[in-house]
Amino acid sequence: MKALLSGNEAIARGAYEAGIQVVAGYPGTPSSEILENVAKYQEIYSEWSANEKVAMDMAAGAAYSGRRAMVTTKQVGMNVLSDSLFYTVYTGLEAGVVVVTADDPGLFSTQNEQDNRHYAKLGKLPLLEPADSQECKDFVTKGIEISEQFDTPVLIRTTMRTSHSKSMVTMGERQKVREEVGPFPRNMEKYNCMCLWAKKRHPVVEQRLLDLAEYAETFPWNRIEWGDRSLGIIASGVVYEYAREVFTKASFLKLGMTYPLPKRLIKEFANGVKKIVVIEELDPFLEEQMKAMGISAVGKEIFPPFDELLPQTLRRLAINASLLPKQHRERPHASSSADLPGRNPVLCPGCPHRTSFFLLNKMKLPVAGDIGCYNLGALPPFSAQHTMGAMGASIGVLHGMGKSNLPEPAVATIGDSTFFHAGIPPLLNMVHNKGVGTVIIMDNSTTAMTGHQDHPGMGVNLMGEPTKKVDIHELVKAIGVEKILKVNAFDVKAMEEALKECTAYKGTAVLIAEGECVFISRNPQPAYEVDLDLCTACGICSRMGCPAIVKVKAEHEKTGRKKTGIDPVLCSGCDVCAQVCPTSAIQKPKNKKS
Amino acid sequence: MVLKSLNFLIAGVGGQGTVVASDILSDVGSETGYDVKKSDILGLAVRGGSVVSHVRWAEQVHAPMIEEGSADYLVGFEWLETLRRLSYVKSEGTILVNDCRLDPITVSSGEAEYPEREIVLAQLEKAAKKVYAIPGLQTALDLGNARILNIVVMGALSALLKTDPTLWERTVERRVPKKLLALNLEAFRKGRVLIVNHIGKGTSQNGT
Repeated sequence: MKALLSGNEAIARGAYEAGIQVVAGYPGTPSSEILENVAKYQEIYSEWSANEKVAMDMAAGAAYSGRRAMVTTKQVGMNVLSDSLFYTVYTGLEAGVVVVTADDPGLFSTQNEQDNRHYAKLGKLPLLEPADSQECKDFVTKGIEISEQFDTPVLIRTTMRTSHSKSMVTMGERQKVREEVGPFPRNMEKYNCMCLWAKKRHPVVEQRLLDLAEYAETFPWNRIEWGDRSLGIIASGVVYEYAREVFTKASFLKLGMTYPLPKRLIKEFANGVKKIVVIEELDPFLEEQMKAMGISAVGKEIFPPFDELLPQTLRRLAINASLLPKQHRERPHASSSADLPGRNPVLCPGCPHRTSFFLLNKMKLPVAGDIGCYNLGALPPFSAQHTMGAMGASIGVLHGMGKSNLPEPAVATIGDSTFFHAGIPPLLNMVHNKGVGTVIIMDNSTTAMTGHQDHPGMGVNLMGEPTKKVDIHELVKAIGVEKILKVNAFDVKAMEEALKECTAYKGTAVLIAEGECVFISRNPQPAYEVDLDLCTACGICSRMGCPAIVKVKAEHEKTGRKKTGIDPVLCSGCDVCAQVCPTSAIQKPKNKKS
Repeated sequence: MVLKSLNFLIAGVGGQGTVVASDILSDVGSETGYDVKKSDILGLAVRGGSVVSHVRWAEQVHAPMIEEGSADYLVGFEWLETLRRLSYVKSEGTILVNDCRLDPITVSSGEAEYPEREIVLAQLEKAAKKVYAIPGLQTALDLGNARILNIVVMGALSALLKTDPTLWERTVERRVPKKLLALNLEAFRKGRVLIVNHIGKGTSQNGT
């Protein structure tokens, strides 16, 4: 049976077919859909863990117990996950484990462009790079096989294109799984990394790498495809597909397992072609290893270490480097798209975060930002997320600002899911070390940006089971914060007063801004209307940054500025713009029931 | 039977349903017997941002996205987004554009000007051989639901491709919630009619 699947859907299917029984992760683009699809299989226990490190520990616990496991993460999530991944490389496992990292060349939705293939080298574990959806599925099964044969977790690395592109996949059956497991191993020399035991495990890890390098020589997806011998191209992952698209005649060494590398196969290929070009997105991970082997290969001289290498970019760079003949392609007439008005993502109409950013901008406060939908507060008209770098960093950075005696009060903004992921230790730290600053916890009752996944504050988990709903107010109180205000995020006046009170406080203050995400409440109100006779075109409402607020043709007689209108298709009736309108021109529609 | 390769680019605003539209288009391709690959922009861009899907039908597809100047069909859900991706269409290709304007914040804040409709249409006509502008959004609103716009547009595309509509309808059925099936099929058929009427009057019309 065949189906058109995305790489993420295929990985989920791979988990099913490989007999994996436990899957954990934390939402992060472009990996989120893996776990969402795994959750559809009754045979697999799956959960959104509070963060990626917990997910990895959880998978280790399951694998130590004898259950095959998988962990999924976006690429910066690996930074959090790696702390735990690395000890499992030393300990090995009782059942196979694969870790999937979905990288993001081109920075579609991440803070940096790190190349996670380096984790294989640093962590000393094998690395697989699938090129399309079929390989995404097959590499999970193969990964579990390698994991159990060599007693190591296996790293599978996709990029956004592999994760989200769809291609044809042939399905298979689920392997038989162990029903009964246990007892839990009592083998501390292996599973306890206390230094006197870990010291003996390191040589085991090194020997394992040598054994894996031998295995790589016959890994089925490491293969030479002979063509024209004047040019030999080495590529892995989806870049292989791009290269096949552009270089129709060259010889290829396709690599599916990229750490450790199959040295003999590479040398055989190098000896069979005149010139070697290594085509990689981001870092020269393959190129440097090949040069270290003594192979004269060209790569980063031609292809830059940033951004995606899309086929048209690849073609242009190849022509410039004389790897391909110049082509006389007819270029269609096209206006430079750089001249067109940009369309950045925005906070949805009805978003509870809007009030906070309207006020932070109005009060001109410095803001340490964090990761989630609210990070869109960095864009105009708010421009109120002055720093952002990693999950939970907002509170730590705020603390640093507080200890620096700035002449102005500072604020951190963090979402509910991000707070559970990485915000609790920094808040504990602020209280313990007598920090000064205001933390706005933006509680919209979901993990919104990545697709509305559950978190510990929601009372229901991925399996659909009702569960404990953590009360953020109680948690913050237990941490020891003394100034805590809980406010309705859709009440602009109350929010402004609370923000003033918190920023005047000489200590750690927490403002919990409560308001459900529109996708959760699913209760749109009738669209508001503007009374053009009352509208003075003052423009205050446009500082709300709401896509439903538009300019109409009618002008104010004195200033000539265009008045405001509201798009009835987009408006969700949240009332916030009406609250800030100084002439009450924005009104609830009359004679309409909610 | 040798299948002729076809490349499609679907452009729109996050939330207009371009991903489901491209899923349907992909399914139709694989049901017809093609190897199919497609790419979407997912994640951050969806929050009312600029989104684009690439769909490729061929005997064997390598890269899951197309290069500039390679789209046989540029399907635009909104004027500005169609203009933004104009360099992707072949000069002998076809543009299907939904008559819909959604101002980005950069325009409603006064920072930038939205290009005039006539100017956009003129640029589209210069870039491709055939341009069909259809009142897709209005058709969806007349059916009582703006969100089935994407099905209306796919209906129109199915007529342009001169393909068997029952193949499309089976695909739509698999992809939409059962209780909304009748509405979606009506939207699809109304979309087809927009083109059937169009062709009779020649190309480059501003919708009926």
